[in-house]
Amino acid sequence: MREEVYMAGMGGQGVLLAGQILAQAAMMVGLEVSYFPLYSPEVRGGRATCTVVIANDQVGSPVVGHPAMMILMDKIAVNNHLDRLRPDGLVVVNSSLAGEEFDRDDITTITIPANDIAIDVGSERAVNMVLLGGYVAMTESVSLADIEQALREVIPERHHSFMPVNIAALHRGAQAAMKAISPTR
Amino acid sequence: MTKRKLIGGNEATAEGAIAAGCRYFFGYPITPQNKIPEYMSEHLPLVGGTYVQAESEVAAINMLYGAAATGAWAMTSSSSPGISLMQEGLSYMIGSELPCVVVNMVRGGPGLGNIGPAQSDYWLATRGAGHGDGRCLTFAPYSVQELYDLTGEAFTIAQRYRNPVMILADAILANMKEPCRLHERRDHPTQQPQWAVGGARDGRPRNIINSLYVDLPEEEQVNLRIARRYAEAAQNEVRLAEYGADKPQILLCAYGIAARICQTAAQRATQAGVPTRLLRPISLFPFPAQTIRRWADCVEKILVVELSLGQFIEDVRLAVEGRCPVELMGRTGGMVMTPEEVTDRIVQMGQSD
Amino acid sequence: MSRATVPDSTDDTTAVYTYPDSLTEVPMRYCPGCTHGIAHRLVAEVIDELGIQERTVVIATVGCSVYAYEYFNTDAVQAAHGRGPAVATGIKRTQPDTLVFTYQGDGDLASIGLAEVMHAAARAENFTVIFINNAVFGMTQGQMAPTTLMGQKTTTTPRGRTLQQGGHPLNICELLATIPGVAYLARETMTAPKYVLRAKRSIKKAFQAQMDELGFSLVELVSTCPTWWRMKPLEAFKWLEDEMLSQYPLQVFVDKTEQND
Ligand SMILES: Cc1ncc(C[n+]2csc(CCOP(=O)(O)OP(=O)(O)O)c2C)c(N)n1
Ligand code: SF4
Ligand SMILES: [Mg+2]
Repeated sequence: MREEVYMAGMGGQGVLLAGQILAQAAMMVGLEVSYFPLYSPEVRGGRATCTVVIANDQVGSPVVGHPAMMILMDKIAVNNHLDRLRPDGLVVVNSSLAGEEFDRDDITTITIPANDIAIDVGSERAVNMVLLGGYVAMTESVSLADIEQALREVIPERHHSFMPVNIAALHRGAQAAMKAISPTR
Repeated sequence: MTKRKLIGGNEATAEGAIAAGCRYFFGYPITPQNKIPEYMSEHLPLVGGTYVQAESEVAAINMLYGAAATGAWAMTSSSSPGISLMQEGLSYMIGSELPCVVVNMVRGGPGLGNIGPAQSDYWLATRGAGHGDGRCLTFAPYSVQELYDLTGEAFTIAQRYRNPVMILADAILANMKEPCRLHERRDHPTQQPQWAVGGARDGRPRNIINSLYVDLPEEEQVNLRIARRYAEAAQNEVRLAEYGADKPQILLCAYGIAARICQTAAQRATQAGVPTRLLRPISLFPFPAQTIRRWADCVEKILVVELSLGQFIEDVRLAVEGRCPVELMGRTGGMVMTPEEVTDRIVQMGQSD
Repeated sequence: MSRATVPDSTDDTTAVYTYPDSLTEVPMRYCPGCTHGIAHRLVAEVIDELGIQERTVVIATVGCSVYAYEYFNTDAVQAAHGRGPAVATGIKRTQPDTLVFTYQGDGDLASIGLAEVMHAAARAENFTVIFINNAVFGMTQGQMAPTTLMGQKTTTTPRGRTLQQGGHPLNICELLATIPGVAYLARETMTAPKYVLRAKRSIKKAFQAQMDELGFSLVELVSTCPTWWRMKPLEAFKWLEDEMLSQYPLQVFVDKTEQND
């Protein structure tokens, strides 16, 4: 098993945190994992991307040319990265910021109105959790329960009051993904 | 077995040093290794150690020279432009036969360059250490766990050979997070080595740390002594790892982060019908020349993959001594090749015969 | 960012505020509330007013202002960290009728480059230094600088700067004031219009000193770094006035242009 996911968005959307939580969850269930962040050198308002590779044994390359899976959090992310998704790949897109129309018909697209859902569960900052929930619903390496465990480890104790919002966001994201996938499969 | 912790390459490097007994850090900020001094400034005071932010890398390496002269377990870390400035100090430390650990998280260059990943300080690390007839013992980890383990071990190796040890990594390894098994922090050795300064107390003969030998034959004898230590290191410290096909058509040679990329490529190329083996030097000086030479007789071709335009390949070619063709796949300036690109190149090489 | 358009002459309004010719139109990459941008503008206005744009060479150094070569619309050389004054010396000695200025942060000038700036002043080297003192290393993510205040928390003084861990802050102007080769030396800030006007006057005098070949000139601008001070822009301005100005009082230390009048 080798699962490669590339995440991209703008600074402040929690791209890096989503990646770290996924990596933490994978580690906690006993898998090998590497998380590799990249952000623009400008101090603020830049772009953020990260790659998470999960494997049973050796992770191998943390660098991925054509990932099988992506989480894209805004329009610029779609414009910049979607063409690198492997044919037959799967992308989870934040339709609140990126719309529903994409150039490719050789991939599976899961659109989730993540900003709307995040606001609905109580905090727009939970966009990353909505999309991560959607992603986890589509893959097998870790479960939503594993992500919840990881959240407790990664988020500092003093911020644990935000936990219910994050967990609600995860589950709503997962439900939205299941709904988005069911008509075509 | 201890629990695994998801931790960044820089933090693992710093913790590896502290856990091994390093208690002194002298450094000057530079991206992409800033998390090392930041970690040290936070943690060293908690274990009775000392963190000093030097006014420059020139000062940092000379602070290290002073600390090493007292036999302390001390280190510095920097990235390419800062390592350039440390060359003079390293040369003095080699000449004065002092152990220390220097970490280089290589970034894109030359000049100010950028903060992307690169391996273009290969020559600087393995040939350089400034002027004179000396070198740094150089090790190239390829994972967060190895950064932790090797940085720790580097202190013992430096003491054993009384020579600076360089840990050579890059901006990806510095920033990436992976599960890492951490052991208990050990205390640093309290007994001073017999050559160290600190006051000629209790009638011991006085010690002089020096690299000035105006007597030419004496300088030659010193250099020969240093060279004997390198020969000894070549006997004892050569490290490498091998992965992939047992009867390879193509041998990949890569170190550090490039070896990670190649690990995946070797697997895929083998699946695609071109049996491929990856040989990864972990010690760059001393270099695992013998093993590479042995493989050169058994493969059609060797592909060297490096994040520079032909530095590491020179050592591979010296090892191969013309036994088989050696080709280069290099990226530069902070750019990396993808495993897909390396796979394609191997498959191409495998089919062209 | 687009350049303010100057109304044409058929319009009866007159332009009172335009974009300086000595700045390019490249959008600056500084954080909100950072005074690097104001400092750039003041220097550019002075260059415009003195009519020296075509004779000027900026030395961009290493810090958040490393892109100064993109922002100043003049010839430019990018120098290694701290070495700006040495590079400026080389240019000035070979092309004495150029006007050369270095633009240096406190890390660049007061830490790694302290030797270069001191010796340039000692040699009475005829160029100008614009010295941005924001009490941290901005570009490398907020580490202690030589100018960091006692007790100030930075990413390498997580418990606040102490004498034991970081020593005392370094007052660069006070040090330079003892050197005879210095022709103009002042410390200014930019947190309020009255300070901005003073700062511009000092920058102009510094360039004037260079044009009159009086020797080394330097203007220190006490500056903000809201990002690594971890403050909102207004809090940063207030912290600068309340905390920094007592360690770094505003003052004209040396002014030989006066004697020249
Ligand atoms: C030889 C060398 N060492 C270290 C660095 C990393 N570095 C880049 S900018 C900087 C400090 C910048 O601080 P300052 O001069 O105060 O400028 P600011 O960003 O605060 O405006 C450092 C240490 C470098 N580029 N070269
Ligand atoms: S990091 Fe600080 S000095 Fe640099 S641009 Fe931002 S506010 Fe200005
Ligand atoms: Mg500064």
